[in-house]
Amino acid sequence: MTGYTEKNTAITGIGMSDVSRGATKSALALTVDACLEAIADAGLTRAEIDGIATWPGERADGSGFSAVGCAAVQDALRLKLGWYAGGGEAPGQYGAVFNAIGAISAGLCRNVLIFRTMYEATARKTAFANALLKEGQRQAGPFAWYAPYYTYAASLQQALFFNLYVHNSGITPEQVAQIPINQRRNAGLNPKAVYRTPITLDDYLASPIIATPLRLYDCDVPCDGAVAIIVSRLDVARTLRNPPVRIEAIGSSMQYRNSWTQLDALDTQAQPKVAEMMWSRTDLKPADVDIAQLYDGFTFHTLNWLENFGFCERYGAKDFIEGGRRIALEGELPVNTGGGALSGGRLHAYGAVHEACTQLWGRGGERQVKGDPQVCATSTAGGPLAGAMLLVRD
Amino acid sequence: MHTPTPPARILPAVDMDTLPYWTGGKNGQLLIHRCGDCAYLVHPPVPFCPACDGRNVAPVPVSGRGRVTTFTINHKPWVPGLPVPYVLALVELEEQADVRLVSNITHCDPAEVTFGMAVEVYFEPVEDLYVPLFRPVERLA
Repeated sequence: MTGYTEKNTAITGIGMSDVSRGATKSALALTVDACLEAIADAGLTRAEIDGIATWPGERADGSGFSAVGCAAVQDALRLKLGWYAGGGEAPGQYGAVFNAIGAISAGLCRNVLIFRTMYEATARKTAFANALLKEGQRQAGPFAWYAPYYTYAASLQQALFFNLYVHNSGITPEQVAQIPINQRRNAGLNPKAVYRTPITLDDYLASPIIATPLRLYDCDVPCDGAVAIIVSRLDVARTLRNPPVRIEAIGSSMQYRNSWTQLDALDTQAQPKVAEMMWSRTDLKPADVDIAQLYDGFTFHTLNWLENFGFCERYGAKDFIEGGRRIALEGELPVNTGGGALSGGRLHAYGAVHEACTQLWGRGGERQVKGDPQVCATSTAGGPLAGAMLLVRD
Repeated sequence: MHTPTPPARILPAVDMDTLPYWTGGKNGQLLIHRCGDCAYLVHPPVPFCPACDGRNVAPVPVSGRGRVTTFTINHKPWVPGLPVPYVLALVELEEQADVRLVSNITHCDPAEVTFGMAVEVYFEPVEDLYVPLFRPVERLA
């Protein structure tokens, strides 16, 4: 298993700003907080950062979806770079990491600062965050096909896929509920999580239906916050202060129709081929995974990933999560150990990478998974977007 | 009982390829691009047939009949005056199941919509476009 260039890279430092439902500082200030923390955590200086990447790049549309891009961070920190890239047409949120792997492998840089900044909590106070449509404007792009049909939000669009998954799998609301209940329990042990008060099955069942079968508690929580990670060339990583969290394998493929309507895997979304690619690039197997940080923009994304990563059979997630024991911190596969985006805040798959490293470096405090976890599967998702990484601590 | 006026439908930006889809309703036709060589339906419309590499692709009227691939019943009043619940659906065409059209299912109680339900197109004129909508086949006069 040599020749896959992601194996020549590792995560060497992490940083996270305050995460809240209403920040007291700007989006750029949050980003700088996260970036400086990550650089220091790696044992690097600003002068040693020679690459920078983000997904999807700055979107100055007032939505808070991506309020800060590479240019603003490069200038704020006066970085001198060999390479940089920010852009959204990539294998989900991890596109920035995959780009960085390529840049490091091409010899363009050695230590890449990767960040993701969300400012949706503040944006929501004046506009509708995560809106797919803008009134009074004709809608271009992939959601033009949805525009005339009152498809106001991603949650409504995604409910189409969730409903088909429920129809095909037979999962019950009581079973789905184990995902948010487990994550809220984990969030209670994470001081940075946005929502930390435990929820019960009754709370889940009482939460408002947005669009069948999707309830409010199936959705992640818009927040203000930034995450940064440092991805370094492996030989450099081995000279730094943390044990390298090696990028053992990635899944970056697009083998389906790249479309929110014609996607030829509606109820699994684009994950199966992405997972297949990741497993094809490592000798490790699902049974070797100690913890999983699975994308949870909506609960059913997490259900999808449990199946598509091969932790259980197709449509077997309902049995796998029954009662919540297997996915709990003490279970055979602890899932979204920091509360995930459902309770920790919508840091859009980078909260998951931060939590993966937190656990692999034994920094989880009250929520630390026992047994010194060494291997973590992480993922992103959403319709035709999907990306996966297998992380292994040296 | 007063029925609120629904908010205006937000229209798509159209180009030369998509204009037939959004205007065929003027003549009561659902226009889908079709390969003149192998009959494969190409949607969204592109002047290239991925099934046979043909370039002889042009919009033609299809039956307008299909089945509900998946759907959701929206309950959240996203904007003032939005009548809820309503049904958002993906409809697969009778002629070719991998052509999926986004639409609302109307003329029935949302609770009556089912997976695989047979539906048929009709059109709602909005500004210069004709928005394809679907209703259950058995409800047609």
